[in-house]
Amino acid sequence: MEQTQRRPAGVVSAPSRLLDGLQRWLPKLVIAPTFVLIGIGIYGYMLWTGILSFTSSSFLPTYDFVGFDQYAKLMANDRWLTASKNLAIFGGLFIFACLFIGVVLAIFLDQRIRQEGAIRTIYLYPMALSMIVTGTVWKWILNPSLGIEKLMHDWGWTSFSFDWLVNSDLAIYTIVMAAVWQASGFVMALFLAGLRGVDSSIIRAARVDGASLPLIYWKIILPSLRPVFFSAVMVLAHIAIKSFDLVMAMTAGGPGYSTDLPAVFMYAHTFTRGQMGLGSASAMLMLGAILALIVPYLYSELRGKRHD
Amino acid sequence: MTDMTRPGLRPSRIAIYGLLILACLVYLVPLFIMLVTSFKTPMDIRTGNLVALPTEWTTIGWTKAWSEACTGVQCEGISGYFWNSFKMTVPAVMISTLLGAFNGYVLAKWKFRGSDLLFGLLLFGCFVPFQVVLLPMAATLGQLGLANTTPGLVLVHVIYGVAFTTLFFRNYYVAIPDALIKAARLDGAGFFTIFFRILLPMSTPIFMVSLIWQFTQIWNDFLFGVVFASGDSQPITVALNNLVNTSTGVKEYNVDMAAAMIAALPTLVVYIVAGKYFIRGLTAGSVKG
Repeated sequence: MEQTQRRPAGVVSAPSRLLDGLQRWLPKLVIAPTFVLIGIGIYGYMLWTGILSFTSSSFLPTYDFVGFDQYAKLMANDRWLTASKNLAIFGGLFIFACLFIGVVLAIFLDQRIRQEGAIRTIYLYPMALSMIVTGTVWKWILNPSLGIEKLMHDWGWTSFSFDWLVNSDLAIYTIVMAAVWQASGFVMALFLAGLRGVDSSIIRAARVDGASLPLIYWKIILPSLRPVFFSAVMVLAHIAIKSFDLVMAMTAGGPGYSTDLPAVFMYAHTFTRGQMGLGSASAMLMLGAILALIVPYLYSELRGKRHD
Repeated sequence: MTDMTRPGLRPSRIAIYGLLILACLVYLVPLFIMLVTSFKTPMDIRTGNLVALPTEWTTIGWTKAWSEACTGVQCEGISGYFWNSFKMTVPAVMISTLLGAFNGYVLAKWKFRGSDLLFGLLLFGCFVPFQVVLLPMAATLGQLGLANTTPGLVLVHVIYGVAFTTLFFRNYYVAIPDALIKAARLDGAGFFTIFFRILLPMSTPIFMVSLIWQFTQIWNDFLFGVVFASGDSQPITVALNNLVNTSTGVKEYNVDMAAAMIAALPTLVVYIVAGKYFIRGLTAGSVKG
């Protein structure tokens, strides 16, 4: 990668030397604005938020430092603990359900299905929607009086009751449902792409040996798709940690704060409740969670690339 | 996958098709409910059920959502916010894609000392939870006089979108043989000549991926919209959320659903027209590196 300075032999006139120099600086000049923007907008601001998380900032940023006070407050904050617990429930179920549904649909779709393209399009279209749209629709479907409950009553199941959306113990699961509906098709697409890359001669050989198709999938094909599992889990965990829109649209964190997620907590405390220090601390913990996921992943990805 | 002939209608085939079709229904039913509800009268909504067709089709929900519905204190419908979203999305998509194309070109074909580190920093930027930049960004936009304006939102979307677009283009250009660039350089072609004459003509697919990815991301964004915009500059997603969660008067679900359809239509149309590129963007965005 050493930049070698190649000058044409012989006498070089001043203007052309200038041009030559410009030519060498051009790539850096072109990329410079982006790195100024990213350097400030991502790394600088990250640092700034980090600093704010050690101050007692409330409605406006102030710079009197209180050490780890905000983090200690956060850990004792009931609402934050609920948000963290909800993230564990939501994230766990969301990732598991998306993986399960995605893998099953991908395997079934890989059996030389007629109209595969059309079916794939249907599975994946929710990904093109805004989470706010998804939330609005699911809020209506799960409406305790006019939604799915009324539908079941009309169909003759009169004892059916479904009030999860307004039940503080169960509302978080309605958010899982909507999120899985939106993202599972995407996992299907990832796995289908992976399945298409599997060498079919291995499968043919296993069939000749008398292995059944489910066994082949379970023992040979799925294990070979480990990298796809990793990327899917990464993306899904990333979506889960950043989840904000869906909760805002469906429950706005309610009833009470029973469906708060860290992102909702951060927004509420930073921008509406005037507790910037606490909000910043919660943002830093979200960053920490993402780092714990991403760094090992990126490390193995980049190292893998080098070894190619 | 193994047999060379299409299997006949064995029971297992029927089960496979059955499950696949059932899944299609599950994915389609919310869209269906959204559509039929938007064409119902409020009366119909109270007496009928979710999946029943309207007894009387009416577009009153749509016209009301477009021009009369209340989004918070204002009751002028969502049309203004719909155009806000366009005014925000189109420039942000263009600028971030163009920047991404040049950045990707440099990072793939004009490497310099430290360019790999820069790429790593960019890559990491794709993962950062935006919560850690919201507060400083709000302060900065205020200082620049861009708080609560569409140009402010454009700037924000460019900054946080360019990492993705750079990644798309860099990974696309890396696959193009270096020999091609070297030959052009020996012929005296410079930085821009090589880009415009050699790379650009073969870049249509990746431009499509980047444009569509950015369009969907920016149009569907809610977080930046709700934090950095207020009142007249809000994008459609924020207006939709306000409309749906405004608790004044009788809830009109037909209006809610029509508004949701209006907010969803641009990205749905893009998906239907250019779904191939959308999927490629999704998978490229997830399998990075």
